[in-house]
Amino acid sequence: MHIDWAALGSVFGVSLAVTVGLVGLFTLGIVGLTKREAAASGTAGNVAMARTGAYACFALCAAAVAYGIYLIVA
Amino acid sequence: MEHITLLLAIVVVTALVFDFTNGFHDTANAMATTISTGALKPKTAVAMSAALNLVGAFLSVEVAKTISGGIIDEKGIRTEVIFAALVGAILWNLLTWLLGLPSSSSHALFGGLIGAAVMSAGWGSVNGSTVVTKVLLPAVAAPIVAGLAAMLATRLTYRINRNADPKATAKGYRAGQIASAGLVSLAHGTNDAQKTMGIITLALVTGGVLHPGANPPLWVIVSAGLAIAMGTYLGGWRIIRTMGKGLTELRPPQGFAAQTGAATVILASSHIGFSLSTTQVCSGSVMGAGLGRKGGVVRWSTASRMAVAWILTLPAAGLVGAGAEFLTKQGTWGIAAVAILLIAGSGVIWKLSRRQPVDHHNVTADAIDETPVAEPAGVITTAIAAVTPPPTGLAAAAADLKATIQSPAPVAPVDPPTPATV
Repeated sequence: MHIDWAALGSVFGVSLAVTVGLVGLFTLGIVGLTKREAAASGTAGNVAMARTGAYACFALCAAAVAYGIYLIVA
Repeated sequence: MEHITLLLAIVVVTALVFDFTNGFHDTANAMATTISTGALKPKTAVAMSAALNLVGAFLSVEVAKTISGGIIDEKGIRTEVIFAALVGAILWNLLTWLLGLPSSSSHALFGGLIGAAVMSAGWGSVNGSTVVTKVLLPAVAAPIVAGLAAMLATRLTYRINRNADPKATAKGYRAGQIASAGLVSLAHGTNDAQKTMGIITLALVTGGVLHPGANPPLWVIVSAGLAIAMGTYLGGWRIIRTMGKGLTELRPPQGFAAQTGAATVILASSHIGFSLSTTQVCSGSVMGAGLGRKGGVVRWSTASRMAVAWILTLPAAGLVGAGAEFLTKQGTWGIAAVAILLIAGSGVIWKLSRRQPVDHHNVTADAIDETPVAEPAGVITTAIAAVTPPPTGLAAAAADLKATIQSPAPVAPVDPPTPATV
């Protein structure tokens, strides 16, 4: 009986890394955006930073989704 | 198309029915968490999932070359064997739906195939080690992989957002969750609709209508896509309820982590080539997300009922498949009897489901009169009851059939009662 442990291992590793990475990124994005909404007191520079960072996070997540669709189609 | 015999027509229709049950059985995978966290309204969620399943069916042209992926020897497989296998898979899908238990539709199909093949050609036709590597091992691995990923992701997201206002972040989490759920639906349409296309194509090849190696005709693609989309839109509300509320109480960050984990594991596994069952991945990720939140509780009684269902899937569907194959071997009347039994069995299950309907109105309600699922013992006894040799329940079931369904003809189990009025 041949069990493909290598494939199982890489599914495990890839899934773990990608899930945690994506969820982390997306959460950073969300938190960045809410800071923008809540930070009336914050300095303008901070707000712009948080906002740019948030959009960068979302862009990366969108890229991951696009790659996912590519994997489904291919 | 002129050469399609009656038997072939029955198999095609049965395959589409299986596709349909597959759709409504697996809606929960993509949409249970989305519905229970309130990211989408129940009806909107199933509509979106159905649309994406339909799109998914057309996306990839690479149709499954084998039904079982090497589990059984498909050389010289007879059309009747495919039919018997489908009957086993459909009945198991309906029974687990009645109990609100998520279980893998592909494993049900494998079980049906194994049972039918053994009855038809003996144990030699089953490749035992492939069963272990393709069914048993993934069933253990899927929830662990997905559960761990979702648990860690949930921990991380709670850590990052610990200073943020939950109300402000909920909207973002919901949006992310919808995206992940969409990916799961799309992947499901591509994989599972193609399985049905593969079955129908194989049956057509076996019946001599198509040349071996031919691509599925357009009507096969369209009907398989439509069947799975309709099933999805119908929504297996019972299973959605179990996954979205029964296993654990999900909040938006958890729903997002669970769904993202599920989508990632599904795509990674199908891409790397260690295929895992969508259903088992999703159940695992929901449990993982439940464990990941401080104070989160996983209802292990529900989880263990689910595990029992997973263990029973292969033997139960196999027994029904074997019984059905035993009947079809007897000749034309046997095939007719199996078709009638399938309709009758579906009718009984549907009738039982009406005692405690779960639909889009009460899918996220806290209580439905009584507990929606039976005790573990109930699962087993019902399963056993369902797989006892058909003739015992025949008379009762047949009487029931006349009472509940306006069956068009024994030939067409095309829309057993499950759909319509749910």
